[in-house]
Amino acid sequence: MMQEAAAHKTASEAAPLLDVRDMTVQFFSRHGTLTALDNVSFAIRPGEVLGIVGESGAGKSLTGASIVGLLPDSGRVTAGEIRLGEQRIDNLDRTRMRRIRGREIGLIFQDPQTSLNPLLTVGKQLVQTITSHLDMSAAAARQRGIELLRDVGIPAPERRIDSYPHQFSGGMRQRVVIALALCADPRLVIADEPTTALDVSIQAQVLALLQDLVRKRGLAIMLITHDMGVIAEVADRIAVMYAGRIVEIGPVRQVIDSPSHPYTAGLMSAIPKLGDRARRLVQIDGNMPRLDAVPSGCAFNPRCPRVMDICRVERPQLRPARAGHAACHLYPALPQAET
Amino acid sequence: MLGMLLRRMVESLIVLFAVAFIAFSLFSFIGDPVNNMLGQEATEAERLDMRERLGLNDSVIVQFTRFIGRAVQGEFGVSYRQSRPVIDLIAESLPATLELSFFAMVLAVGLGIPIGIQTAINRDSLVSKALMTGSLIGISLPTFLAGILLIMIFSVKLGWLPSFGRGQVVQLGWWGTGLRTWSGIKALILPTITLAIFQMTLIVRLVRSEMLEVLQADFIKFARARGLRERLVQFGYALPNTLVPVITIVGLQLGSVIAFAIVTETVFQWPGMGLLFIQSVTFADVPVMAAYLILIALIFVVINLLVDMLYYVIDPRLRSMGGL
Ligand SMILES: Nc1ncnc2c1ncn2[C@@H]1O[C@H](COP(=O)(O)OP(=O)(O)O)[C@@H](O)[C@H]1O
Ligand SMILES: [Mg+2]
Repeated sequence: MMQEAAAHKTASEAAPLLDVRDMTVQFFSRHGTLTALDNVSFAIRPGEVLGIVGESGAGKSLTGASIVGLLPDSGRVTAGEIRLGEQRIDNLDRTRMRRIRGREIGLIFQDPQTSLNPLLTVGKQLVQTITSHLDMSAAAARQRGIELLRDVGIPAPERRIDSYPHQFSGGMRQRVVIALALCADPRLVIADEPTTALDVSIQAQVLALLQDLVRKRGLAIMLITHDMGVIAEVADRIAVMYAGRIVEIGPVRQVIDSPSHPYTAGLMSAIPKLGDRARRLVQIDGNMPRLDAVPSGCAFNPRCPRVMDICRVERPQLRPARAGHAACHLYPALPQAET
Repeated sequence: MLGMLLRRMVESLIVLFAVAFIAFSLFSFIGDPVNNMLGQEATEAERLDMRERLGLNDSVIVQFTRFIGRAVQGEFGVSYRQSRPVIDLIAESLPATLELSFFAMVLAVGLGIPIGIQTAINRDSLVSKALMTGSLIGISLPTFLAGILLIMIFSVKLGWLPSFGRGQVVQLGWWGTGLRTWSGIKALILPTITLAIFQMTLIVRLVRSEMLEVLQADFIKFARARGLRERLVQFGYALPNTLVPVITIVGLQLGSVIAFAIVTETVFQWPGMGLLFIQSVTFADVPVMAAYLILIALIFVVINLLVDMLYYVIDPRLRSMGGL
């Protein structure tokens, strides 16, 4: 516990590695404009694990995709800015953005079953990724590929490198995916539901691997999941998303032990054990609104057990709350209105 | 791999047997072979003698076995219409059909795949939209109409290319090729285009829709997320995965191109098997029809087998499944 607190302290003092400010993402179509992400702000520091939680459709994946410039054609970042270290990366051209992907920011997707090209050996995919970013001969890249496979815990990597994806089990395949994301030594990895598609027993192993990489490589991870158990296990800080907005963000222990936002409180009312599939994040009556029908004021107000008149009119901003920050009228800017 | 190949071969044999039986049945369903061979004026004694000699008094099973036995040796009897061995007629017309089908398929694949890729990768460009509209026309234009239009333009109006026949044919052994003379090559152009149009539009649409689907796949997203160059993503990742299913269908199409060259051959009076078949139908020339059916079935079956094997070579998932 003390070590954890110390680690967190140093992390929060360092300059942010990734700084997302007031990011708004919209989709344009014949039927009109949809605002999918609305004023999203957060930062990730070197070596930090930021967990992003929220119901399906909250905008978690979209947040990751926006950061690396992989939005669908109809979507665009229309406001705000994204900084990686000193560099603004939301306005880069395609080539420079491509060099960021994989080199500075790695991405891992949910399903290792479908994340790999079935027609190429793992080695070929590793070498292609390494030589896309690093000035290396194919032989050196292959050697590096073997090292990477060893680092992510694949036994006999010098033999396995020539296997095809289908020759690995699900858990091993996700390790291969992680190795591929690490090919060019990125400082940040965005892991979008990295364990959701895996067996319960394998989930813990993959999470342990990610934690290991944080410790050994000083990797920062943006861990997207709708499994609170996973977050509680590995994250330093947590951001809770609802209808394209961040409604609460703060240190993981405090947020879990004493959530500020009623939505977070609803999520926490029953934290499932790690990997417990039966108990997902739907403990609150009602559904998250569709993007074209987000209520005015606080998007959560129709479902909120503590709704007030102001919640239906005025949109709450992220403000300091019990622990961290929450976007909720229970915590007005004025200090005397403590609950 | 070996096991599945064996299974496929057994399946093929069953198909061939079934088709052979249908072909065999033609003899008893369409007209009376004795009548067909002797004509209406023959005496009853001549008829009985002929029945005996043709073995028509034996049981069906004996007759069918004999039919198969002969077919395996390439003996399909004598054409009623031309009074020549059927196998000779086939040998004369087969090269014409194979040359035509081959070049039509080369044209269809050679243009269809690049156009399909273009319309998938640059989906919203003007060129792609024009190509897709063109392919819609191609797919809805009946083959005979396409042939007649081409004849009107290039033969009648411009006088550049012949409107029928195969030009001058050179014998290479039993294979009569039109590729050794200018007149043969010129005669090949219009039928090839006619036969290729439909296949090409089919391939364009197939490649396009397959590729659009593959481009949505997770491994494409992950490839982009690793910062691979877009060229590599499109041609190294998306294209091979697109071509796996395309190869199967294109391979199988080759069979139907050969079988359905009938229309094109009729329009251009191309002396191939299709024309031979159509003529044999009008004359109820059963031995030729039977031989044609069996031969087409054989071609289909062989192509199927080859495609299956190719599939194995390409897709490592199948390869190792067979290896278990
Ligand atoms: N191409 C698109 N066009 C319109 N809306 C989209 C598109 N892609 C995603 N969305 C919307 O964005 C919202 C957030 O999606 P996503 O980030 O995938 O949610 P999740 O939190 O489950 O990862 C969803 O409501 C989804 O409908
Ligand atoms: Mg998602």
